Amino acid sequence: MSNLSLIVVLLVLLALGYQLGMARSRKVATVNSDLRMHSRPHHYGMMVGLWAVLPAFFILILWLWLSPAIINSMMLSQLPATVLALSADELRVVSQRISNLANNFGVVADAAQWELDAAEHLRILKANSAMVLTSLMAVIAAVGMLLSLLKITPRLKARHQVERVVKALLILCSTVAILTTIGIVLSMVGETLKFFSYIPPSEFFFGTTWNPRFSTVGIGEQGSFGLVPLLAGTALIAGIAMLVAIPLGLMVAIYLAEYAPVKLRNTAKPLIEVLAGIPTIVYGFFALVTVGPFLRDLGAAIGLDINATSALTAGVVMGIMIIPFISSLSDDIITQVPKSMRDGSLGLGATKSETILKVVLPAALPGIVGAVLLAASRAIGETMIVVLAAGNSPALTANPFEAVSTVTVTIVNQLTGDNDFSSPQSLVAFALGLTLFVITLLLNVIALVIVRKYREQYE
Amino acid sequence: MSNSAPVKISASDVKVFYGDNQALHGISMDVYQHEVISFIGPSGCGKSTFLRCMNRMNDTIDQCRVTGSILLDGRDIHEPALDVVQLRAQVGMVFQKPNPFPKSIYENIAYGPKLHGLAERKADLDDIVESSLRRAGLWNEVKDRLDQPGTGLSGGQQQRLCIARSIAVSPEVILMDEPCSALDPIATSIIEELIDELKQNFTIVIVTHNMQQAARVSDRTAFFHLGNLIEIGNTNDVFTNPQQKRTEDYITGRYG
Repeated sequence: MSNLSLIVVLLVLLALGYQLGMARSRKVATVNSDLRMHSRPHHYGMMVGLWAVLPAFFILILWLWLSPAIINSMMLSQLPATVLALSADELRVVSQRISNLANNFGVVADAAQWELDAAEHLRILKANSAMVLTSLMAVIAAVGMLLSLLKITPRLKARHQVERVVKALLILCSTVAILTTIGIVLSMVGETLKFFSYIPPSEFFFGTTWNPRFSTVGIGEQGSFGLVPLLAGTALIAGIAMLVAIPLGLMVAIYLAEYAPVKLRNTAKPLIEVLAGIPTIVYGFFALVTVGPFLRDLGAAIGLDINATSALTAGVVMGIMIIPFISSLSDDIITQVPKSMRDGSLGLGATKSETILKVVLPAALPGIVGAVLLAASRAIGETMIVVLAAGNSPALTANPFEAVSTVTVTIVNQLTGDNDFSSPQSLVAFALGLTLFVITLLLNVIALVIVRKYREQYE
Repeated sequence: MSNSAPVKISASDVKVFYGDNQALHGISMDVYQHEVISFIGPSGCGKSTFLRCMNRMNDTIDQCRVTGSILLDGRDIHEPALDVVQLRAQVGMVFQKPNPFPKSIYENIAYGPKLHGLAERKADLDDIVESSLRRAGLWNEVKDRLDQPGTGLSGGQQQRLCIARSIAVSPEVILMDEPCSALDPIATSIIEELIDELKQNFTIVIVTHNMQQAARVSDRTAFFHLGNLIEIGNTNDVFTNPQQKRTEDYITGRYG
């Protein structure tokens, strides 16, 4: 049976166990009418269902995890001695070929007789494995269901067992999220270390030239991998974006929270949040086609030399994109400032704007700082706008009217096209990614700490 | 308190509507200078609403409409030429829950005077802060930690800080909306003593749920019920010899 149908059968078993458990518990209850059942019938049903399914499912997972390696080594052990003498890499190619033959995928060049034999052997091994698995699961499911059915007595704490399983399930789900993060970091760390075996970290972190050359040129002619110009470009664009987004976003938040009538607020807030939902590539078009030429013409009109694709273009558009991050979060935080604060200030004869400026905003400040930092980490990680609108020129400059490049854009450049993943030209992308990850992670942690501290103040 | 004192606030036929809901059905009364008058009545009777009319704090509530006239020193507080900022500087307010700003103790007191430009120099401001805290009976407890946040004080101290804060802008009337309801008995008695001292210089209107408190601190008492002013008179008379059946029922604990 295929794995998918096994899972379907398990689900059917779950339903069956549930019904049987319910029926059994009702029967037990009528027999022992003088005793009170510990749990409700559906708890017993669920317990029986879980006992039938979970151990079998566990076996399935274990089998799927371990069996390929075992089957492969069993198959390899039957190969001719001449083949077994090959190196580990070549052996991997051989077993891949045999596996393709067994699955009828076909291989390059004609298959030798020993390969066809091995493929046949592999097919038989796999069929046996599936059969053993199916019967093993059937036995375990049956035993689990029977035992748990027999265990049902008035004193059995089925409810607790079910609750424990639910809890374990929830823990498992959250573990998946955390493990994914750890996995991402580990994979990046591994590649980054490989990169640092080509280029010393000091050259990477403190180098002021970015000129990686192409990987086809060869390792003998290595380029320079200086992070500084990219980081400077990132900082420049993110800085411009924050200059645009902080004042605009904050004023939007203040208007929405303090001045806007409820109806307007309920309409305007989702509309502004739409800004955050627009795909960033669309912002990129907008920057490239509309904002860039506009800024260039504007610059020409007042005698400034502004590139159409420049740090300014990308920064301004990115600033617009992150307005909702700041305005929405700040709005929530400003609304959370207790009304008694405002009353106290108004009661002393302060005007509305004085109250907002001197009491409400200071009270909300930690939360607002948190919102700004979250927006900043978003700006630093943003890619598509910058790819299209920043001009992609990794030169060290502080002039916002010139083209620059950022860490994210460079990662894209290094990883698109033909790649040899063992060259420093590609590996540097992982080092860049890790650097970026660490920076945004730090910003996020700081933001969360600040926001949490603020929450404590009023609850 | 003799009725020969000048009238400070004169309300006539004040009605308040929250949307379609009428909260006050035409209240008329006079408040005399330098008296302590307390408003009592069951929850929802409109006593706090009426209190908040006196410095137009109801303006801050959407959908709240006030009709009728309230004269402060003979001048209508609703007339367009009157600045609500000035009014609130003249008629200060202390709220039910202590609400110090999340600033230092010093800044809490200095907030009002700074807004109204009451102090030219830092030294003047220091004087105002000290004298306000002294009059609120808080100076000795906080003089060494004026730069600490006001939110770090105990509940009773916070409420006295709020009283000091409203004194600092030299109001003529202080409105207190159940100022002791969030405090323990000891802090309450300190505030009550404070109210007794403050009446030398201020007119005080206090809303309270606590009838003993009304009897202890006020010269006159007004009893509200369902948005109507049922009875107003000298505190002694109201508590010992109420004229209205409903007042008697309330103060003897038959409802409320």
